[in-house]
Amino acid sequence: MAVSSETLETVRSVTGGEYKYGFVTDIESDFAPRGLNEDIVRFISAKKEEPDWLLQWRLKAYRFWTGLEHEEPKWSKVQHPPIDFQDAYYYAAPKEAKDGPKSLDEVDPELLRTYEKLGIPLREQEVLAGVAVDAVFDSISVATTYKEKLAELGIVFCPFSEAVKEHPDLVQKYLGSVVPYSDNFYATLNSAVFSDGSFVYIPPGVRCPMELSTYFRINAANTGQFERTLIIADRDSYVSYLEGCTAPMRDENQLHAAVVELVTHDNAEIKYATIQNWYPGDKDGKGGIYNFVTKRGACRGRNSKISWTQVETGSAITWKYPSVILQGDNSIGEFYSVAVTNNYQQADTGTKMIHIGKNTRSTIISKGISAGHGQNTYRGLVRVMPKAKGARNYTQCDSLLIGDSCGGHTVPYIEVRNPTARVEHEASASKISDDQLFYCRQRGLDLEDAVSVIVNGFCKEVFQKLPMEFAVEAQKLLDVSLEGSVG
Amino acid sequence: MGQLLEIKNLHARVEGKAILDGIELTIDAGEVHAVMGPNGSGKSTLAYVLSGREGYEVTEGEVIFEGKDLLAMAPEERARAGIFLAFQYPIEIPGVSTSVFLKSAVNILRRERGESELDAMDFLKRAKEKLAALRMDQKFLSRPVNVGFSGGEKKRSEIFQMAMLEPKLAILDETDSGLDIDALKIVAEGINALRSPEKATLMITHYQRLLDYVVPDKVHVLAHGRIVKTGGKELALELEEKGYAAFDAASKDAA
Ligand SMILES: Nc1ncnc2c1ncn2[C@@H]1O[C@H](COP(=O)(O)OP(=O)(O)O)[C@@H](O)[C@H]1O
Ligand SMILES: [Mg+2]
Repeated sequence: MAVSSETLETVRSVTGGEYKYGFVTDIESDFAPRGLNEDIVRFISAKKEEPDWLLQWRLKAYRFWTGLEHEEPKWSKVQHPPIDFQDAYYYAAPKEAKDGPKSLDEVDPELLRTYEKLGIPLREQEVLAGVAVDAVFDSISVATTYKEKLAELGIVFCPFSEAVKEHPDLVQKYLGSVVPYSDNFYATLNSAVFSDGSFVYIPPGVRCPMELSTYFRINAANTGQFERTLIIADRDSYVSYLEGCTAPMRDENQLHAAVVELVTHDNAEIKYATIQNWYPGDKDGKGGIYNFVTKRGACRGRNSKISWTQVETGSAITWKYPSVILQGDNSIGEFYSVAVTNNYQQADTGTKMIHIGKNTRSTIISKGISAGHGQNTYRGLVRVMPKAKGARNYTQCDSLLIGDSCGGHTVPYIEVRNPTARVEHEASASKISDDQLFYCRQRGLDLEDAVSVIVNGFCKEVFQKLPMEFAVEAQKLLDVSLEGSVG
Repeated sequence: MGQLLEIKNLHARVEGKAILDGIELTIDAGEVHAVMGPNGSGKSTLAYVLSGREGYEVTEGEVIFEGKDLLAMAPEERARAGIFLAFQYPIEIPGVSTSVFLKSAVNILRRERGESELDAMDFLKRAKEKLAALRMDQKFLSRPVNVGFSGGEKKRSEIFQMAMLEPKLAILDETDSGLDIDALKIVAEGINALRSPEKATLMITHYQRLLDYVVPDKVHVLAHGRIVKTGGKELALELEEKGYAAFDAASKDAA
């Protein structure tokens, strides 16, 4: 969850929004002034009581980033006014419960209506809306009991900042090993200023008995707009990880630049599912989150597997390409995606499958849905390296258009440098037809239900990859984001 | 039995072209009517106008269904009021299983009738019974709606849906065409099974052979957008013998 506007207001009122030198010595303070410089990076690291190696890593990233300034990626199809990186706050203390609304009565009714539509229980609505809830909150006890159970198996699942303290060797070994600090403009920025995130380690031979979900942590750690997630599955292990906010966040902050790194060793498997539903902006395209995220997994071990599933319904702009580097022989990479753009939303999303090891296989299923003035681009790369004998890829990109003012685009890049590789690509573009709508309505479904049925059918192959409750949620989210797109 | 549907002086056009030119037709509850006519005479247009398809513009006349102004209702409202159309060319909906689709439709209609919704088990039980009666495989339920169905399977699927939805007025648009004789008999059984004193059927057909198995109370001949002759079941045989040409001439004289 990003820094709240209330907190920023406080920060502004105290600092007058002015840059102050020398504040670093005052690590008691709960905020850093506007802007970004080396001192801010040091401040963040100091606030988190980080070891020196991590500070040095952040600084390297920061210095690299200053060299990149004004070199934001321009190759994607998304358009937005330039972002002033000096006009933002990079550290603010987590929002105090007392700053939030005192009860649901004080929360924007529009937001509550959406929660209701999603079928979120009242108690959870309170958490999501940032209502100050009692110290004894149901999910906290849930979180504790299951943390104990995980600890018995040697599984580590904790906030990133805690992992830095408790498991520094693991963090140092793997941090930046999949997404180096120099990777791309936003990943570099994240490396310099990341706030918090999740850390997971599954020891050899352990099958994680439950789905790990950030949801349980929303309350525990107020993760920021620069989240950093690192998941390591040691040999012969398995984990399924769910990331997502079940409801739209009203968030004034514009930029959300997270980094996720996954590593699998021999015979290990990670399934990573995301439901992204950040605030998409209003009907006229005002406001909303710029979701510029770098997600990448490395199948280091033989026979290992990484599977990304994403349902992207929120954000004004989505720019993300969850990728897999298939290093180990016989390793498998998968990418299943549903991306929805309505009103003035833009999505430029896809994946990269880099085949390095022998007999590596990848599957890409992408479903893009555009409505209103939405623009939806699938951008993907399948690269087969010279040594990847017997590599195989299957790619299927389907786009569905609702109305005449939206756009769906497919930009596949295929580079094959081994003659034994087999790469297949299929693409389709379709519209919801009047015939289909009429057929549904003739059976009694109203227009909204008809659109929902047809769109869900279109997304079926991806939804099947989600855990049951998530699939149900994804369907509801789709309905909410496409509301009013027809008729 | 009371009047279920009354069509009065119905004129309609499609893309600016007048197709229906003053249809008069009354159907009482408990009756089966057949509308026959050559290709292009406006049979499907009549079916679409009654079910409320967009683009079929009514320029004159009215349609009363159970005392209500049918033409003022949205397509789904008509469906919920008990009107079912078996499509001449059923539409494919990829990725949506027939059972999921039909279950939501069945429950919408049940709610409308003040009946309790069917849960997954009840729905499956009932669906299996109806499928068995139509000699259809249960696998049908998990296949996406009409996707990859043969012509005959599509027609049977429409009758299966009709059996599950239990409409008051079923409009069957050339459900018989493209069926072999065995399939035709099975479909006819399905239609007959739904006959009841409260319900009615409007069968649109090009051939009379379905009428050997579903015996109509009345037969109407449609030509150039008008009903040019109405009679009993023997009219179908007469049509078969003489062909549509005779009636065609009659309609032109009338025009
Ligand atoms: N969507 C349409 N667009 C243009 N013309 C149409 C359309 N539907 C039907 N027609 C025309 O209306 C007339 C009647 O068609 P239809 O009702 O399908 O006849 P039938 O079902 O008796 O064969 C035909 O001349 C046909 O070409
Ligand atoms: Mg026809």
